[in-house]
Amino acid sequence: MNRRMVLYTVGTAVKIEAALLLLPAACALIYKENSLKAILISAAICLAAGFALTLVSRPGNKVIYAREGFITVALAWIALSAFGALPFYISGEIPSYIDAFFETVSGFTTTGSSILTDIEAMSKGLLFWRSFTHWIGGMGVLVFIMAVIPSLSDRNMHLLRAEVPGPIVGKLVPRIRHTARILYIIYVVMTVIEIILLIIGRMPVFEAVVHAFGTAGTGGFGVKSDSIAGYSPYLQWVITVFMLLFGINFNLYYLLLIRRFKSVFKSSELWVYFGIVASSTAAITANIAASYESFSTAFRASAFQVVSIITTTGYATTDFDRWPVFSKMILLTLMFVGACAGSTGGGFKIARIIILAKTVKRELKKLLHPRSVSALKFEGKALSESTVSSVSSYLSIYVFLFFAVLVLLCFESFDLETNISAVAACFNNIGPGFGAVGPTLSFAEYSPFAKLLLSLAMLLGRLEIYPLFIALSPSTWTKK
Amino acid sequence: MNIIIAGCGKIGTAVISALVSEGHNVTAMDKSLGVIDELTNIYDIMGVCGNCADCETLEEAMIGSCDIFVAATGTDEVNMLSCYIARSMGAKHTVARIRDPEYNDRSLSFMSQTLELSMALNPELLLAQDLHNLIKIPSAFKVEYFSKRNLEMIEVRLKSDSDLVGKKLSRIRGKEKEEFLIGAVLRGDNLYIPDGNFELQAGDLICIFASPADMQKLLKSLNMLKKAVKDVMIIGGSKTAFYLSKILATTGTNVKIVEKDRAVCEKLSESLPHTTIIHGDGSHHDTLMEEGLNSIDAFVALTGIDEENILTSLFAEEFNVPRVVAKINNNELTKMAEKLGLGGVISTKSVTADILTRYARAVENSMGSNIETLYKFMDGKAEALEFRVNADSEVVGTPIKDLKISRGILIAGIIKPGNKASIVTGNDIIEAGDKVIVLASGKRLSDLDDILR
Repeated sequence: MNRRMVLYTVGTAVKIEAALLLLPAACALIYKENSLKAILISAAICLAAGFALTLVSRPGNKVIYAREGFITVALAWIALSAFGALPFYISGEIPSYIDAFFETVSGFTTTGSSILTDIEAMSKGLLFWRSFTHWIGGMGVLVFIMAVIPSLSDRNMHLLRAEVPGPIVGKLVPRIRHTARILYIIYVVMTVIEIILLIIGRMPVFEAVVHAFGTAGTGGFGVKSDSIAGYSPYLQWVITVFMLLFGINFNLYYLLLIRRFKSVFKSSELWVYFGIVASSTAAITANIAASYESFSTAFRASAFQVVSIITTTGYATTDFDRWPVFSKMILLTLMFVGACAGSTGGGFKIARIIILAKTVKRELKKLLHPRSVSALKFEGKALSESTVSSVSSYLSIYVFLFFAVLVLLCFESFDLETNISAVAACFNNIGPGFGAVGPTLSFAEYSPFAKLLLSLAMLLGRLEIYPLFIALSPSTWTKK
Repeated sequence: MNIIIAGCGKIGTAVISALVSEGHNVTAMDKSLGVIDELTNIYDIMGVCGNCADCETLEEAMIGSCDIFVAATGTDEVNMLSCYIARSMGAKHTVARIRDPEYNDRSLSFMSQTLELSMALNPELLLAQDLHNLIKIPSAFKVEYFSKRNLEMIEVRLKSDSDLVGKKLSRIRGKEKEEFLIGAVLRGDNLYIPDGNFELQAGDLICIFASPADMQKLLKSLNMLKKAVKDVMIIGGSKTAFYLSKILATTGTNVKIVEKDRAVCEKLSESLPHTTIIHGDGSHHDTLMEEGLNSIDAFVALTGIDEENILTSLFAEEFNVPRVVAKINNNELTKMAEKLGLGGVISTKSVTADILTRYARAVENSMGSNIETLYKFMDGKAEALEFRVNADSEVVGTPIKDLKISRGILIAGIIKPGNKASIVTGNDIIEAGDKVIVLASGKRLSDLDDILR
């Protein structure tokens, strides 16, 4: 294994983090806050650590294989979270390092689960950093590095594949660097449009930026303890629409840009995504309409919540923990569905569900006609058998890990609903769950062990299990 | 530049590898998903799986913004068709691999015109031409020509008994009366552009530039030229063997082809009346001896199996055949064969990749292609380029010794219009309309002005 190249890339990622910390530092400077010092010290530590790593590991051979790709991505994310927690810890605003780590992992993985009980007491610089981690983590740190640093390695495809979620990861244009750039340009432009629309709706600039970051990364960190509930219907609708947009595969936006409208409208994943959102919204609206003063309020609340959960953002405009069981069950189901592949959202991904459904259909047909041969097609293309089987095995490992984490979490003194929804919310990168971890409460009550466990679950969910699994398995590190 | 390579077999892959390292945006197209997966893992390219003559597949590869479309599948007709479609869908230049001898006669120019092909590639023919050059100068590894054979470049490995070993270049040049230039020396993995004080050692791979007449005399006086080749034996009746026999027949050389397949033998004998066709197994000891392995001047192994080519060539070297060349497609095997002491190794892939590299650079320059020829040599570590000089070039009018030339660049020769080539001296002046041969290592030149600091 090319350990030097792995460490070198991780070191580069940490250096980039030092640069990224300058943005919250600027924010703290504008608001003249004490957190500035803590942020700058953290940036200095990142820079020193990054240089140390890149200096000891200056690679001679830049060739990497799939294995190095997985391990690099896993280690980079762990390192970024560990260093990213420093500002919270050094400033003393989150006194426990484990709490700060949980909060940062939750940020980078775009989960949005929080251990903060009083968000409004935090300084603006740190709130900015907390939401900015969503934005960075949404599109991926290594994708960012690929976009800005020329020729890290000749085989960056392995990194892209390990970091970008979805069963099939393709490039938009021949060069990986250009692909990464196009993705980030689309991402930045959409974020800026959302910020402008929010400011037009009279949201203060700082809050507009923070909420746009939370929406773009499909994260869910806000600045208010009641999340989005206090804002005007216009602002809630803007956030709903943008959550929905950031849950769509970014490749489709590129196709729109190069005017291939036909391929966009033929995308089955897009239509299934819209279909699920529309039908879930209709079902929940009907279910909760009676308890709201007007139909439009009920519709707005249910649309916002459905989109927020399916895109794995996790914003709330209402305490959905008090909704009827039927509505809650729909939301819990949506937690597992997740957004489209190649978007910033988490979860199991709609693309995988479609492929699984087609596989099941084919198996049924095989029972009736044992000699039948049928190719599986997705987005107009035949799927290779290896993709089909990788989706099935992803389901198995996904279910297995979900229950493993859940069993371990049940050492805690919470009821089953809380624990199930907590694991579902972390594993699928959503944020709030039900019961004691509902939208108005936080994860603060869990023990440090449970917080570390849930941090691991969040990383597993964001990186789609395999990278972390490979990095943590001993056989990767022993020489054969 | 955006380049699409359709058909990713041996040739296609070699072309992709060369063009990616040139920094182009390459899209690979192949029918097999496995091939595409493998290639996109290794190279920074985009892969499209599908039939390259299908307009939907071409559209997916964004044919509209494609600068060069190369069709290199194994079927000539598919290549022609897909180039035609690609051209009408907006590809700026199209290159088709057309290797069947039936198409490679007078009909080729007609077809190229009708299909609006920018270039027809025939790797087997190119290989045959290279082989012919190699056979003519038996001690050389590689022989290349510039400016319609006005200037020759050869690559020679110095053996320990060579007269050149242990001598400084200034002395060698003073002693011989012919005009020549030792442009580059490859020692181990290091490439040197030598000056007068450089001392040659046994085992060095050197490249010599000279005009063809001077080259003959030089090689003779250095005892590197053996007697003229009269009898050539070729193992394997491939297309390359066909083209090579045809070229050799025009120079009055006796050619003998040994081929296993009876049907192939019959077909060859129809189209090659002056060549002796033997139906037999070229890897059989007895067959080779019966056909006089110990009395031929050159032995060329051209079967489709690398290992067989290597073994029979080594066997032929045991019998002191003056010139032995083996075709090896697998690069890893090439390295092993050279370790075993096999002198002449040649592959179809590198010939084709060189040509497309040159073509892509010329298209990129697009000022009516400054680059006339481009060769990679010295194990791919150096390039020799021939430029046509434009009037607005910065090098025009200054004596060469006063030009500020970057490190790793050497001006090897100047060809004045209507004159024969001359090796450069410091007082020469480059003028518009001249052709200049430049040797470059570690720098990618696409225009003559790039040689300046």
